[in-house]
Amino acid sequence: MSSANSYYIPHEAKWPIVGSISLFLFFMGFASVLNGGGWVIMAIGAALLVYMMVRWFGDVIKESESGMYSEQVDVSFRMSMMWFIFSEVMFFGAFFGALFYARVFSGPWLSGFGEGGAAATNAVLWSGFDYMWPHNGPAELGGDYQVMGWFGLPLINTAILLLSGVTVTIAHHAIKDNDHSKMVRWLLATCGLGFLFVFLQAFEYYEAYAHLNLKMTTGIYGSTFFMLTGFHGFHVTMGAIILLIVMLRGTKKHFSSTNHFAFEAAAWYWHFVDVVWLGLFIFVYIL
Amino acid sequence: MSAASAEHHDHDDHHGPAPGWTRWLYTTNHKDIGTLYLLFSLVMFFIGGGMALIIRAELFQPGLQMVDPLFFNSMTTMHALVMIFGVVMPAFVGLANWMIPMMIGGPDMALPRLNNWSFWIMPFAFLLLLSTLFMEGGGPAGGWTLYAPLSLQGGDSFAFVIFSIHFMGISSVMGSINIVATIFNMRAPGMSLMKMPLFVWTWLITAFLLIAVIPVLAGAVTMLLTDRYFGTSFFSAAGGGDPVMYQHIFWFFGHPEVYILILPAFGIISSIIPTFARKPLFGYASMVYATASIAFLSFIVWAHHMFTVGMPLAGEMFFMFATMMISVPTGVKVFNWIATMWRGSMTLETPMLFAVGFLVMFTIGGLSGLMLAITPADIQYHDTYFVVAHFHYVLVPGAIYSIMAATYYWMPKWTGNMYDEKWGKIHFWVSTIFLNVLFFPMHFVGLAGMPRRIPDYSMQFADWNAVASIGAFGFGFSQLIFVYVVLKCMRGGEKATDEVWEGADGLEWTVPSPAPYHTFETPPAIR
Repeated sequence: MSSANSYYIPHEAKWPIVGSISLFLFFMGFASVLNGGGWVIMAIGAALLVYMMVRWFGDVIKESESGMYSEQVDVSFRMSMMWFIFSEVMFFGAFFGALFYARVFSGPWLSGFGEGGAAATNAVLWSGFDYMWPHNGPAELGGDYQVMGWFGLPLINTAILLLSGVTVTIAHHAIKDNDHSKMVRWLLATCGLGFLFVFLQAFEYYEAYAHLNLKMTTGIYGSTFFMLTGFHGFHVTMGAIILLIVMLRGTKKHFSSTNHFAFEAAAWYWHFVDVVWLGLFIFVYIL
Repeated sequence: MSAASAEHHDHDDHHGPAPGWTRWLYTTNHKDIGTLYLLFSLVMFFIGGGMALIIRAELFQPGLQMVDPLFFNSMTTMHALVMIFGVVMPAFVGLANWMIPMMIGGPDMALPRLNNWSFWIMPFAFLLLLSTLFMEGGGPAGGWTLYAPLSLQGGDSFAFVIFSIHFMGISSVMGSINIVATIFNMRAPGMSLMKMPLFVWTWLITAFLLIAVIPVLAGAVTMLLTDRYFGTSFFSAAGGGDPVMYQHIFWFFGHPEVYILILPAFGIISSIIPTFARKPLFGYASMVYATASIAFLSFIVWAHHMFTVGMPLAGEMFFMFATMMISVPTGVKVFNWIATMWRGSMTLETPMLFAVGFLVMFTIGGLSGLMLAITPADIQYHDTYFVVAHFHYVLVPGAIYSIMAATYYWMPKWTGNMYDEKWGKIHFWVSTIFLNVLFFPMHFVGLAGMPRRIPDYSMQFADWNAVASIGAFGFGFSQLIFVYVVLKCMRGGEKATDEVWEGADGLEWTVPSPAPYHTFETPPAIR
């Protein structure tokens, strides 16, 4: 009876428990590091996590390549990736929310605008504080600093990310035409642009710390600046690594013109970090 | 559904569970994972309950007698974290795992390996959280909401608490993504969305809420972490931030979270009442729309948790009216449940007792919630025991009773044996009496002004606190009856029929009891 085989259910999974143990070690180690503990547990946890992901994804790739997945499994993967990206949007939403709240509410209230006790709070606690974004708070935490301008590195980085959105699309069209070598070439370009972005972002951080005295401790401006760009940079790094792996799979001709979900998932993720950057560029750098 | 035509045939397809204890470690079976979730939740229920009893023992009399105030504070904090993240949420996920694939005629969850990981994160996350109680400086003691700046002033355990929340969050988001993918993608042909049982509907909406707000919590606690350890000033006015901002971000997560803790309960009650009233659910479509409305409104009411914190008047007004609006879809639900029972040929087996108990006592909690929604009144009630009474009425006879009702209702399907009806009923009545002895007096002391989260109190509150403490110990120990009934049912008893309940309707009652290890290897026919 062929219909008896209609559903695909994987049997037993050893990697999840390895994942749990490695995350446990990583979090425990990280928390110890923050309290002045050793790095060893954290490093073991991180290494084990990477090993787990390599093996788990390796298994999935093997199963996929041997044709074990039905169309239904493919749809499950697609839905899950979309909802995962949605959860990431909400994660960034928390930090953008903090930025907007600080700019629209906290700042004016601290300088005495607003109902209730705002004027009194300003007069008694923060007398003389005038709100103007960016600022490092009425106590001027972190001392004098210079603002990170949008013209220059951030603008170049914007161009880089937008360009990488184009190259990944060219690669997508290539795989739709079953042209593996073209796909690999354009993915290589995309990864290169991604890592170039991360490198320039790191250079920007170096500039901020070394020459502008702009640090995480520079009041609310430094906090929001580094939190938003930092998590974005981390996501770009992850996205570039994912694209790199997709490219390596491309060199092994894993994909076909109709079956290349791994590529598409990586591309969706890449466009997501791209869009987040545009939000950052507008609200953190320009405005 | 052409998706159901794969050519692959795995030679393990018709096997039962794997032998040995590693079955539980490596399992990808939705029933195994559901069982693990439910047992984990039961263990945590007694850990969190033990913490509650320490609180009530201290509050039995005024004055400080049993524990020191810091430990008392960490008990209130941990009790909440354990009960919310370790009991109610895993229990609902366990029920989702067991029931959703059976209810929609699917073979399993959409992503079985991820499902395993979602569960196996939980014990490790709670190991991390509970270990903080044994660290220098004690566990977190600033309340489960972790409000800055108070929470930032705790001991070294703070980083462990934050990471345990991240850890649980990973589990919740993966589990929810899995549930959404399962409901959208694993339904049997013919199982259209508006034919799905309400438990499936409420879980679909709950999973959406989880995916939307758990990352916001992760962001909020990440900012706490950097404020504490990396010198940022998100929640420090000196640096241009605002402690109140933490409360806004937290409650943007927190209020949808409240509905995460109750929407699956609505689904369970909507399954049980029609069975024992022997009538179809009244107003199925309106139930679906009411659930969706509640979920939507949950995103725009968060600041009613912080009316006293200082907000523009327009904000206070908006959040007051938006909150009151929730009583409309909730009222629709309560009306529908009563209309379902109206002129039904009702019998009161244990699941129905718990469902009716839910209906009455959850409504009490709902009405005190309406009182708290009124801004000027809330300024009096805020942070008093009235609030404690309110949310315990919606969570204990609400969420917890629905979980117990679900356990009694579906346990014959899980184990193949009927539970002990006599002891089930005793469990209900003893619990219900003690529960009201425990929580009802909290309304009185709260309205009289007793603040929450304080180990000592004024003499005038002594009598009702003693009564509440007696109720607490009675309620706590009567849960041992539940454990007895569950264990007895797992070991044996009168064999259950496939349908189990006379008036039961739904795909889960068409398969044998106990349900086979793999339920639907071929899609069932949907009427």
